[in-house]
Amino acid sequence: MAKVIMSVDDSASIRQMVSFTLKGAGYDVIEAVDGKDALAKLNGATVNMIVTDLNMPNLDGIGLIKAVRATPAHKFVPIVMLTTESQDSKKQEGKSAGATGWIVKPFKPEQLIAVVKKVLG
Amino acid sequence: MTDKLRETYKEEAYELLAELETSLLELEENPDNLELIGRVFRAMHTIKGSGAMFGFDDIAAFTHEVETIFDLVRNGKLNATKELIDLTLAARDQIRAMLDASDGNGAVDAAVSETIVAGLKRLAPTSDKTEAQAAISSSQKPEVKDSNSGDKTSEITYRIRFRPSADLFVNGTNPIPLLNELRELGSSRVIAHTDAIPVLEDMNPEICSTYWDIILTTDKGINAIKDVFIFVEDSVELKIEVIDQGWADGEAGDYKKLGQILTERGDVKSEDIDNILGRQKRLGELLVDAGVARPGQVASALVEQQHVKEIREKRQTVEAAASIRVPSERLDSMVNLVGELVTVQARLTQAAALRKDPELAAIAEEVERLSGDLRDKTMSIRMLQIGTTFSKFKRLVRDLSKELGKEIELTTSGAETELDKTVIEKLNDPLVHLIRNCIDHGIESPEEREKEGKPRIGNVHLSAVHSGASVLIDIADDGKGLNAAAIRAKAIEKGLISAEAALTEKELFNLILAPGFSTAKTVTSVSGRGVGMDVVKRAIDELRGSIEISSWAGQGSTITLKLPLTLAIIEGLLVRISGNFFVLPLSSVEECVELTREDSERAHGRNMANVRGQIIPYIRLRDQFMIIGEPPAIEQIVIARVDGNRVGFVVDGVIGEHQTVIKSLGRAYRDVEGISGATILGDGTVALILDTSHLVATATLEEQTLVQT
Repeated sequence: MAKVIMSVDDSASIRQMVSFTLKGAGYDVIEAVDGKDALAKLNGATVNMIVTDLNMPNLDGIGLIKAVRATPAHKFVPIVMLTTESQDSKKQEGKSAGATGWIVKPFKPEQLIAVVKKVLG
Repeated sequence: MTDKLRETYKEEAYELLAELETSLLELEENPDNLELIGRVFRAMHTIKGSGAMFGFDDIAAFTHEVETIFDLVRNGKLNATKELIDLTLAARDQIRAMLDASDGNGAVDAAVSETIVAGLKRLAPTSDKTEAQAAISSSQKPEVKDSNSGDKTSEITYRIRFRPSADLFVNGTNPIPLLNELRELGSSRVIAHTDAIPVLEDMNPEICSTYWDIILTTDKGINAIKDVFIFVEDSVELKIEVIDQGWADGEAGDYKKLGQILTERGDVKSEDIDNILGRQKRLGELLVDAGVARPGQVASALVEQQHVKEIREKRQTVEAAASIRVPSERLDSMVNLVGELVTVQARLTQAAALRKDPELAAIAEEVERLSGDLRDKTMSIRMLQIGTTFSKFKRLVRDLSKELGKEIELTTSGAETELDKTVIEKLNDPLVHLIRNCIDHGIESPEEREKEGKPRIGNVHLSAVHSGASVLIDIADDGKGLNAAAIRAKAIEKGLISAEAALTEKELFNLILAPGFSTAKTVTSVSGRGVGMDVVKRAIDELRGSIEISSWAGQGSTITLKLPLTLAIIEGLLVRISGNFFVLPLSSVEECVELTREDSERAHGRNMANVRGQIIPYIRLRDQFMIIGEPPAIEQIVIARVDGNRVGFVVDGVIGEHQTVIKSLGRAYRDVEGISGATILGDGTVALILDTSHLVATATLEEQTLVQT
């Protein structure tokens, strides 16, 4: 069975790009528009990995990571955050919240696949 | 695919820009609202981040500058001053121009971008510092790359000690893919140290108690190895040592003694062990810290989340509601199909009625109900809140009042009123004209207003409200109102009315809708070219709507637009003249009365009917459309309200209500006057839809020429 990756981003274009790339690499993708939506969709679902943006309405990436890490079922799910070069402090914050890794925007599809392989195997 | 992604990005960027504008304008009113600042920042951030990804590098670079400033605002280092908002609004327009230009239509003026960026940099108190930081980070990057390429030449063997902290799994890290990735770099041996794993009953599977030594020979360089561990570098103990340079170093085949290796590795020597123990203690502390902090952080985040959620839920239910984006053409074609369905259903009902088959009649009834529901649902899909249009006008009012040196605020109500998408789109230009008129002609300068004892700040109020099958949109200002005497003088001068014509105030006001009418003494860039109001009138007519003007001298004026909810399907009244069918929009029909031959003879050839004491002029459609044949002994007058007056339309017979699916006439018939469209009846016959206001206008004109000659 294909592994399931959740793409969380308030930007539809990024979600589309992430999901297009990952589907091309043989993963199943669930999309969520923000942290709140992601948590709702995680509930009871099997998700092998999460790729999340940091700046989002309702519940931002940091909040999402913290909340996911606090859920027993998804405590150890790899979470990769999308950051920009100007967000070094955010990256630290994300790491201490429990993010597994990060991808610096803008990124190319190959970079995304490489990171997914790194954390998901 | 890339094109599609670019399109999605653009669509999204346009939306974000619209949101950005709204937020900025709100921010101007509450400059300390952190939530609004956050919204502005997020919009910028997404435009930038996604822009770079889909090849809009110019947009990304430009937006970055603006975002940098708003980061300062967000962190409380800078205030959202009016100047900053002005610049940001200008920047927003520039981004829009860049998006527009990306289609290859026209170019963007780079000088404008530079001016905006320069302006923003002037505002930033610590811009030097951030630039310096940027310089440092950019100077670091090439260095890394250099050493990377420098090591690429020969194969080097490394000893890698990879000792994860016990809480490795907590971050969702799986060490196996990391080791696999290392293996891909070259030939390797991996040794797992399992001695720290406790006995089964003490074992906690959530804690990582294994560590690894990897001996790797690779030509990729040390940075490639560090890259493997990039996500975990500060939570693991990682020691990478070169143990073989790749070239003959004296004694070939012979290697260091075991003790030496162990000492080097720090496995044996006591001080090294102490050292490691010290580190482990530090790790332990971290673990405790992390253990303590995490529940606290989560609890606080949850509290915050709960709080913000409650506030936002009310406001954002619409924004956050699950929705799908559908191209509007698809909706249009769906409406067309529903129109066809309604037509076919009408045929079915008619056929069922003729057959007198109760079973068929029951089915027809069911289909009628279902297609009715389907029609309503489909129409509601096309409904948009008028608020989107309203928010655009805030900007208009702000910019225009500034230009004219007036102080005006725009207030709105009923932004949630829903109207058909096409109606909203076509409403934009007329509303712009009307609001411009309010600002330019209606509202006085602040000095004048003070003299009049009014507040300095003028008010333009836009409101929308449902009223039956129509929507009423009011554009009200508290300015000086219409000057009836001036309008009269102007109308006489322009030859629109004769000098002795006795007109009510309302009729006078309606004159401003006539083509070529303008009372403004000077032409400004805003309005006053005398093309405004008749254009508005025409646009509203096209929407099957009507305009009503009321005004109070010194207190302001209100213009009310009455618009149908939708343009695709209307309720109509089906009438007959000989074998021809016509439809009148039911919304304007007030009553039907009989017209006997004696009645018309009594009127001595004047087309006037006495309805319960009220004199009502009527138009004989039979004459108007030159339909041959004798009228029946008893005709029907359909009395409708047209431009505020009651006017009758004489027909042979009234058939009844009809769900009218509006079809436009072909190109050849587009300019036919008095007809606004056609519809297909149940049996396939075509019925023409009457343009009542046009018919009345033509008849009035004919009557006038008759009187004059």
